[in-house]
Amino acid sequence: MASNTPAEYISHHIQNLTFGRTEDGSLGFAHSAVEASEMGFYAINVDSMFWSLLTGLMFCTVFKMVAGKVSVSEPSKMQLFVELVIEMVAGSVKDAFHGKNALIAPLALTIFVWIFLMNLLDLVPVDFIPHLSYLAGIEYMKIVPTTDVNVTFGLSLSVFFLMIFYGIKVKGLGGFFGELAFHPFGKAFLPVNLVLETVSLVAKPLSLSLRLFGNMFAGELVFVLIAALVPFYLQFALSVPWAIFHILVVTLQAYIFMMLTIVYLGQAHESH
Amino acid sequence: MEQVVAFSALAAGIMIGLGALGAGVGIGILGSKFLEGAARQPELVPMLQARMFLMLGLTDAVPIISIAFAALLMFANPFLGQV
Repeated sequence: MASNTPAEYISHHIQNLTFGRTEDGSLGFAHSAVEASEMGFYAINVDSMFWSLLTGLMFCTVFKMVAGKVSVSEPSKMQLFVELVIEMVAGSVKDAFHGKNALIAPLALTIFVWIFLMNLLDLVPVDFIPHLSYLAGIEYMKIVPTTDVNVTFGLSLSVFFLMIFYGIKVKGLGGFFGELAFHPFGKAFLPVNLVLETVSLVAKPLSLSLRLFGNMFAGELVFVLIAALVPFYLQFALSVPWAIFHILVVTLQAYIFMMLTIVYLGQAHESH
Repeated sequence: MEQVVAFSALAAGIMIGLGALGAGVGIGILGSKFLEGAARQPELVPMLQARMFLMLGLTDAVPIISIAFAALLMFANPFLGQV
């Protein structure tokens, strides 16, 4: 790696591979964190996009393959596993969602499995893929998409737009804005209601994405810190327990994201 | 410059410490209530356990977010650019 001190090593590891318009106007990759932030809004984190799409594709191909070969008399082990996941998600949706919508369960399944797979990349040793890509000539490579705040905000904003869409579709435009305007205190306190309800509406996607990002980023950072500051013969003793604990965090965060999506969309379908 | 670094280090320490304090108390209460509930009605354990883990994740997230921002202050301090 192109880093000598621990601080350089760490900041190298939390930097995305950013593609955008460079200082002189040509398109290209950023070569430092400063250059990446100067690219502004129209820059894209190529590594996050690549790994998130790859895991998404993995999820779709595996589930499609199992669905194509589904058998009642002789189920394969893979089919049993997929059925287990689908039944878990279906049970959660049945418990928490009482409206009528055929989109919620597939959405919840996609969110759960996709986020789980993206989080799972956190358990790949921190230097494994970055070093391979460094040898291949790629300077930065942050493989866990959910440690990129852009990815988690993309996920939570999609949920947010679905919330607004179904809120308006189920309750009508008047019902949706009526809930925003008249909800906690009645019609006499309209401005207060509007402020309170808007804040709680906006806080939902914000907390959803920051929760996932914060957990995964802090977890990744602990791995990087261990790799940066601890001598190599002791790293095993620290990173293995943290990785085992992290299996819990990875699953839990995917589950919580899915559960809160179901609950929020359930609220959008309920009329008061 | 030195002052910014010093205050950032102090801020990061306070963020991590107070976050851990709050989460420690919160998760402790959560666990003790779960055990109480499990002792009183063991047949509800699967249901309680799922909800406890959900609440654990929600409680855990707040200090973790503050740790992530503290880490940002430590390794990629945005205030240094303003000096």
